Amino acid sequence: MTDTLTPVLTAHWDDPDCFTLAAYRRAGGYQGLAKALGMPPDDVIGQVKASGLRGRGGAGFPTGMKWGFIPQGDGKPHYLVLNADESEPGTCKDMPLMMASPQVLIEGMVIACYAIRAERAFIYVRGEALHVIRRLHHAVAEAREAGYLGTDILGSGYDLEIVVHAGAGAYICGEETGLLESLEGYRGQPRLKPPFPAIEGLYACPTVVNNVETIASVPSIMVNGADWFAGMGTEKSKGFGIFSLSGHVTTPGQYEAPLGITLRELLELAGGVRAGHQLKFWTPGGSSTPILTGEHLDMPLDYESVGAAGSMLGTRGLEIFDETTCAIRAALRWTEFYEHESCGKCTPCREGTYWMRQLLEDLEQGKGSEDDVTKLLDINDNMVGRVFCALGDTAGSPIASTIKYFRDEYLEHLKQGGCPFDPSAATLFAGDGAQS
Amino acid sequence: MPFSSDALARLEADAAQIIAKYPRSRSALLPLLHLVQAEEGHVSTDGVAFCAAQLGLTDAEVSAVVTFYTMYKRRPVGDYHVGVCTNTLCAVMGGDAIFAGLTEHLGVGNDETTPDRKITLEHIECNAACDYAPVMMVNWEFFDNMTPGTARQLVDDLRAGEPVRPSRGPSHLCTWREAARILAGFPDDQATDGPAAGPPGLVGLKIAKERGWTAPPGPSQGQGTSSQGPASRSAEEASR
Repeated sequence: MTDTLTPVLTAHWDDPDCFTLAAYRRAGGYQGLAKALGMPPDDVIGQVKASGLRGRGGAGFPTGMKWGFIPQGDGKPHYLVLNADESEPGTCKDMPLMMASPQVLIEGMVIACYAIRAERAFIYVRGEALHVIRRLHHAVAEAREAGYLGTDILGSGYDLEIVVHAGAGAYICGEETGLLESLEGYRGQPRLKPPFPAIEGLYACPTVVNNVETIASVPSIMVNGADWFAGMGTEKSKGFGIFSLSGHVTTPGQYEAPLGITLRELLELAGGVRAGHQLKFWTPGGSSTPILTGEHLDMPLDYESVGAAGSMLGTRGLEIFDETTCAIRAALRWTEFYEHESCGKCTPCREGTYWMRQLLEDLEQGKGSEDDVTKLLDINDNMVGRVFCALGDTAGSPIASTIKYFRDEYLEHLKQGGCPFDPSAATLFAGDGAQS
Repeated sequence: MPFSSDALARLEADAAQIIAKYPRSRSALLPLLHLVQAEEGHVSTDGVAFCAAQLGLTDAEVSAVVTFYTMYKRRPVGDYHVGVCTNTLCAVMGGDAIFAGLTEHLGVGNDETTPDRKITLEHIECNAACDYAPVMMVNWEFFDNMTPGTARQLVDDLRAGEPVRPSRGPSHLCTWREAARILAGFPDDQATDGPAAGPPGLVGLKIAKERGWTAPPGPSQGQGTSSQGPASRSAEEASR
């Protein structure tokens, strides 16, 4: 029986020097790389495949399979791009990971590049987190100095350079083809797929784009084996992951557990919903995953179970909202975000988010009619499947799911001619007197 | 105003270093735009022309990129860019009240700068620190668990030139232009300042240690023994 929490990625974050190479080595770091470099690259891919590791950035695509799609012997350069553009509302796992433990990323990247036979890799990190960027530069410099990067890594004859590349403020660059466009120096507008990046990615060359947490999971798989990793989690959702609790919870923060843990278990560890309040709704994995309610407390947080409940595991960014939160205000704020971040390439997304935001603004103020609720769902239906990327596909998720669970609340706004909620009651400093 | 010949020489040397990192020169455009922003505090038409000249692009091609990304400012920014997260979770947790309070206190609205050129206020999107909500960013450093009161104190200190320390960051807060230079790929020497993790980053680990919970041992390891590999590091740590 696996323990309830299984710190692997987070195991040493309480070491104040955790982000240094010395601390990382002291804790056993870079043994996975040594092991990988002693294996044929295809066997490294095989081991990651066998582990069952799936992408931790939200989509859950099997990592080893993604690596296996890179054509070998094609004469083209291959690239690895680390997607460190963490911007999905509610998602807050990669930034602390890079701040605390950047060396595990470097090690994972070298292993991945060796496996897919890439000699150049990029860390595409969002620009709005300066200290994370400092730590990444520092980690690359330390790793190069120690011979984990550069030429003839650990005497293997294998060469690799990693470039830290800061983005400039665009959620859409977390979408892998938007990211590649941005890394090529263009507006970050997603590409039509296929071709997928594995065939035509960066500079139209075979490219793997992996999330931070995915790559960070690789060194431990190399050291401890595929069976060790697959021994945690559920049948189809294997291994561990970081679950990030935020919002109206007593102890928000990072909880690393096998996939399949439930919100009930997590809330127990986190001291429950804040004192005197009850759970109203929550996102399982960021704002793009349809909200769920108290009826889903015992649902295993794995890809399959959350999917079956009509949502997605996503990034495990669990935003917890209690009964003081207006569901329409929440949906409106998320919709404002999607409108702001829509790249404008596909008409349904560009126009849909624009009109949905206006309808929601009215509804939150108790204006409009019940027909507008239906209209919101119509607009969403006309976006899903009619756009290039997941932003447009999921931008309506907060709306559709709040209507599904809280339709009465929409109608109550209309009936009262305004919002029945007091926003100050929902704040962190509620009850502190003069909002000090 | 076009760059002076000294500035131009310095920028060209920096640009050459940036461009050399990439297999294709155009990939250097985003860092080059951060570089010219570091020089002038925003991306001016001169900055655009400089980037275009380095990369053999037209000014229009560069402008098309500048206008896509919110971190590039086309008007001068104060010494301190103060961002308040007003995405859903932070907004609900108090970000809306913080933003409203700062607007009133500073007398500026979104994307506006105080008359003393010290502070530019902006409402920002989710900055991946939801477990610290409500969150503010000053020159893209984290200020966690803010309230309207602490936010007011923060901007007062910034305007008065008092030392201000990010919650998870270096002891010295960079100016806006210094920050842009780091984004361009020229980090300062503050990487080892500040904590590895903030308190919410450690809550799960603390519970696991208290209860003796760990990932299973790897095949080469016995339960609870000191050994290799990320999975069993906590045992080694505990015995240190």
